[in-house]
Amino acid sequence: MGKILDQFNHIKQQLLQKREQYLAGSKTVIQIGSATCENAAGAQQVRAEFEKLLKASGRKDIHIKQVGCTGRCSQEPIVGVFVPDKFPFKYERVTVPKVQEIFQQHVLQGQPVVDLILDKKTSNLYNRLVTFSSLSTATTELPTKWENIFNERLKTRGVAEGSVRSFHGGCLGLYSAGEEGGRVGMLVFPEKVMYAFSTEKELDKIISSHFIEGKVYKPLLADIDPLINRFFSLYGDVAFFNKQTRLTLRNSGIIDPESLADYIANDGFEALALVLEKNDPQAIIDEISKSGLRGRGGGGYPTGRKWNDAITSSDPVRFVICNADEGDPGAFMDRSTLEGDPYSIIHGMAIGALAIGAQKGYLYVRAEYPLAIKRLENAIEQCCQVNLLGENILGSGYNFDLEIRLGAGAFVCGEETALMYSIEGKRGQPRLRPPYPTQSGLWGHPTVINNVETWANVPVIVRHGADWFARIGTEKSKGTKVFALAGKIKNSGLVEVPMGTTLREIIYDIGGGVEAGRTLKAVQTGGPSGGCIPAGLIDTPVDYDSLTQVGSIMGSGGMIVLDDEDCMVATAKFFLEFTQDESCGKCVPCREGTLRMLEILERITAGHGTMEDLDKLERLGRLIKKTSLCGLGQTAPNPVLNALKYFREEFITHIQDKRCPTQKCSKLTRFEIDPEKCIGCTLCARRCPVTCIKGTARKPHEIDQARCIKCGECFNVCKFEAVLKK
Amino acid sequence: MTTKTEYTLHPDIVSFIETCLQKEHSESYLMDILHKIQDKYGYLSEEHMYEVAQRLQVPASTVSGVSTFYHFFRLQPRGKYAISVCMGTACFVKGADKVLNAFQTELGIGLGETTKDGMFSLENTRCLGVCGLAPVVTINEQVYSRVTLQQVSELINRILNKDVEKTT
Ligand SMILES: Cc1cc2nc3c(=O)[nH]c(=O)nc-3n(C[C@H](O)[C@H](O)[C@H](O)COP(=O)(O)O)c2cc1C
Ligand code: SF4
Ligand code: SF4
Ligand code: SF4
Ligand code: FES
Repeated sequence: MGKILDQFNHIKQQLLQKREQYLAGSKTVIQIGSATCENAAGAQQVRAEFEKLLKASGRKDIHIKQVGCTGRCSQEPIVGVFVPDKFPFKYERVTVPKVQEIFQQHVLQGQPVVDLILDKKTSNLYNRLVTFSSLSTATTELPTKWENIFNERLKTRGVAEGSVRSFHGGCLGLYSAGEEGGRVGMLVFPEKVMYAFSTEKELDKIISSHFIEGKVYKPLLADIDPLINRFFSLYGDVAFFNKQTRLTLRNSGIIDPESLADYIANDGFEALALVLEKNDPQAIIDEISKSGLRGRGGGGYPTGRKWNDAITSSDPVRFVICNADEGDPGAFMDRSTLEGDPYSIIHGMAIGALAIGAQKGYLYVRAEYPLAIKRLENAIEQCCQVNLLGENILGSGYNFDLEIRLGAGAFVCGEETALMYSIEGKRGQPRLRPPYPTQSGLWGHPTVINNVETWANVPVIVRHGADWFARIGTEKSKGTKVFALAGKIKNSGLVEVPMGTTLREIIYDIGGGVEAGRTLKAVQTGGPSGGCIPAGLIDTPVDYDSLTQVGSIMGSGGMIVLDDEDCMVATAKFFLEFTQDESCGKCVPCREGTLRMLEILERITAGHGTMEDLDKLERLGRLIKKTSLCGLGQTAPNPVLNALKYFREEFITHIQDKRCPTQKCSKLTRFEIDPEKCIGCTLCARRCPVTCIKGTARKPHEIDQARCIKCGECFNVCKFEAVLKK
Repeated sequence: MTTKTEYTLHPDIVSFIETCLQKEHSESYLMDILHKIQDKYGYLSEEHMYEVAQRLQVPASTVSGVSTFYHFFRLQPRGKYAISVCMGTACFVKGADKVLNAFQTELGIGLGETTKDGMFSLENTRCLGVCGLAPVVTINEQVYSRVTLQQVSELINRILNKDVEKTT
């Protein structure tokens, strides 16, 4: 073993030892989410209550651990109770009174609190749980097939019905070399063992040994290293998670984001130690190129090519930057990654810096993300302490420093040239490219700038190999993509899936479909630079090219589900208002053109539009796209053009009938009370949020139109059909 | 014009500026400094911006250029309770525009304004990254998720009652 690896292992041992002491032989782990979203849902109070109860109980073998968020937003706060050799229990929407119950009943007495289990998965009460997964993209139909055979076999072999529950998961990220031959993966809980087999005879052997005699059948244990196993051994029984493939989010919800030791215990910084030992920067770039990784910040530029671009210059001063500005106003993938696993990003940047010969890196983070900033600061400090950052890293002679810089609420600063001006302390106005940042970036030096998710993928590729990575995803889009699923969806949250997964799978299989009683209208991707994909195209796979083909873009990962109550004109206007507001004003087409487009949309949503306006919108939109200087202007018309393409009828209804079919456009909606029908029950007056309904009991009521915000509450509550919608 | 003796920035910030001056590209720390001032005082006053320009040795026009360019920097003091309605996409489709409207009607002020008594100011933000809990409103540091129209006046009244309790 080389000197650097020795040094790394030494540090690792020390950190792990300290961690052992700290855990002090605790057996039961109570795991509590702690991220901006978890805290907003009340996780801090929940944690305080657990700590109070733990202290009062005097137990020393129970450990309370904080983790980032698992991405299960709508059910937060989430609490896990993990006891060795027992099913990993997860509870949803935990409140302070529930903490008492969970602690008394489950933690102390071993009796799970059934009605609080995440997604009401009573599966936790089965003896065993089995997940089937494909080991290659070529054999995705296998899991279902084997699941059926497995269940039949259990029956004929007399295994008690109901004692084993099975389901087929996604690929679980287990694709590996030489698996095109048709082996299938089988993950068994609570033993958390992974089998791989391909014949019924082999399956029989597993059933006899494992499910009848209760012994792990060693000959068929999978030899693949299931990176994702860690995550699935804790969360694999929940449908929302087991259809996902977690690479970027591999540690979110597993490690304590404030503990370097915890990251190291989960293979952290192994990849950096390896590349430092090898000391072959070009080999890193080649590996990244071979993996097919493309930028996750929206553009999709091949990462390996970008890195190669940066080393062509003879300038020895070079920089790496992490773009954590996350500007799409409806996306939170990067926040969650930064809060849940800050070390992976630092790790990726350190590898990238070595590859291109940079000695300094910057993390440009939105000021709106205080917790992410705090965790990054802490992570950088811890890494410096053990010489994973700073001078002469692990005795390799190589230096790398990281600094955090805060954004200040300008969307345009997500654009790379603007971002660099902002780091330099200037106004963040984009400039013409070329020269590209890889030629002339920060202070004129070659600079590689990548997105959070891009950086987070780097250590995984280096550790597990480009070939392994390239097996996940599609021909031209490799790996996975994280989406922030929100809007009118049942399970809102973070979802990481292999590229090429269809929108349908994401929205229905993982997201649980549209909220109760409504129908899907469209899916918005790409935020203010993207567009709405109508429900009819829901079988579109998500990869860079397919999304572009249907007139939207992959973007950075925002995915907003719209239902039949959403007005597409209002939605298009919403995005244009945003880009108009965020235009830096440097060039005329973007500054003035978007304003003209917005004025037209305002006219239309107020009932004053004309049919010519639609052509005007299209002409203006095309012009702005062609003549704007930066990506903001070049994409700003997209949401409008795309809405005109798929939902033109709705624009026409606004113009010709002066009507908004969804009542979202308040200027086209008016509520009045019919004095003939109103019996003066006072209900509407009590429910009106701005108390603008006047009237005395048993007398007809009246709406003060000047103050009415057109929320429709009165219309919904009146039992006498006295409120008229006009 | 302000003279040096009238400088009022907190010593912590002054010493931060001094450490920045020791570093390469010291002018690049301007935004960090402005963030620190806003954290401390709630907004960037003319005097403080002028003082930063002097201490960091950059033109005053650079400081005001930067502070006006970025939305996050406030040039006016906020109300005692800063109400901020998220107007990101997820919140918008969940009716944040109506929530904002209700706050405006209820408080009788527009976006970016402060009530006459200095109690409330109303702002909007773009996505706090908790879209799963939309619509989201923050009042000072406290985050309120899944806010309904009915809650708007409740929230305001609760604050008013609490504030009276505290001050009497
Ligand atoms: C207006 C605008 C906003 C952008 N916002 C972001 C952002 O928030 N995060 C991001 O990573 N990239 C953003 N980008 C893309 C960046 O310019 C750049 O392409 C990206 O950070 C490169 O990293 P990648 O190759 O890893 O995707 C934005 C681009 C434009 C034009
Ligand atoms: S396109 Fe818009 S945001 Fe980009 S430089 Fe021009 S005005 Fe600024
Ligand atoms: S709820 Fe209907 S009937 Fe009752 S006061 Fe209102 S309008 Fe009149
Ligand atoms: S629409 Fe809403 S604001 Fe207007 S009167 Fe009815 S309840 Fe009040
Ligand atoms: S849109 Fe409001 S929190 Fe994201």
